[in-house]
Amino acid sequence: MWQTLYDELKDKGFMVVAVAEESRGAEHARPWIDQARAGSLSSYWQLIDTEHRLEDLYNLVNVPQAVWIDERGRIVRPPETAGSTDHFRRMDLSTRTMSAADQAARLAARQAYLDAVREWVNTGLHAMPPDVARARLPKVTPEIAEARARFRLGVWLRGHDRADEGDRQMAEASRLHPDSWSMWRQARDLEEVGKASGPDFWKRVQALGNRPYYPPPKL
Amino acid sequence: MTTILTPTGEHDVATRDGLWMSAADAEKVTGWTLKPEGMCRAELCVPLPASAVRGADVDVAAFWTKLGGPAIASEAGDVWALGAPADDRNHALEGLMAPDFTLPDVDGVPRSLSQLRGTKVFLATWASW
Repeated sequence: MWQTLYDELKDKGFMVVAVAEESRGAEHARPWIDQARAGSLSSYWQLIDTEHRLEDLYNLVNVPQAVWIDERGRIVRPPETAGSTDHFRRMDLSTRTMSAADQAARLAARQAYLDAVREWVNTGLHAMPPDVARARLPKVTPEIAEARARFRLGVWLRGHDRADEGDRQMAEASRLHPDSWSMWRQARDLEEVGKASGPDFWKRVQALGNRPYYPPPKL
Repeated sequence: MTTILTPTGEHDVATRDGLWMSAADAEKVTGWTLKPEGMCRAELCVPLPASAVRGADVDVAAFWTKLGGPAIASEAGDVWALGAPADDRNHALEGLMAPDFTLPDVDGVPRSLSQLRGTKVFLATWASW
């Protein structure tokens, strides 16, 4: 998804760090990574985060989310949805297709986000002043902190043939931090590949009502 | 031996009665050193209740709770997860310096965000699920 952006901007002091939130590990993520970099001479960093450490450090709740970091190592855009939209919620589940209008709107939103990254690299536009960036940071609560610890323990237990106990820890993590789609979907995926986008996922999405699954970035 | 998962690592240490361990192991696991003033890291010391110190041993679960971090045990008590305190996370993010991390790339080579100082970084997550 980011290879074109990287190819275009890599000589302008720009780097993409793509982090796979993938508790099944590197080999599970590799086919997607190979496909993303196929035919390219160089690639950006493709990192594997089996314990979702990055989500803990940056208080992330879903994929894809992105953080923009300037040359001095400062956050200039806090975590936000990186190019995805909620149009999928209206797709025809029997055929797994979206209307032509929704497909076009989805592409346009993705394009607008990629253009914003380009403008930032080329002109500095879209970087937020510190007080604005700070005000947009989602707050970590003690419940979220506990959920992260339980999730970490759950991944460990699952990796050591203690799946049932691991699942109990992960269920408690999702109860404490219901806004984290990553923890909930990763837990379903560890139960069985495909389950993260199964009927229970769609039920959970429907329960959002008017709330967004992918809150749009305010560019 | 008890396995302890911290925000940055995994340690196997000898413990008893929960997370009582030697001060040396406590330092290895938490990065905090037992001193007469309490548990100390750099200039900062956190006083410990008398019930959390016994000679050269420390109750790390009590210390961690005092710090404001979650200390979660497995059902058999053989594995613990010590999570970062919420205030620590908020404080770090509000400073707006991007928290550093080291993760392996897909071929196992460790990479740290701090290696990229001097370039703009687009840090993005994804998943197969």
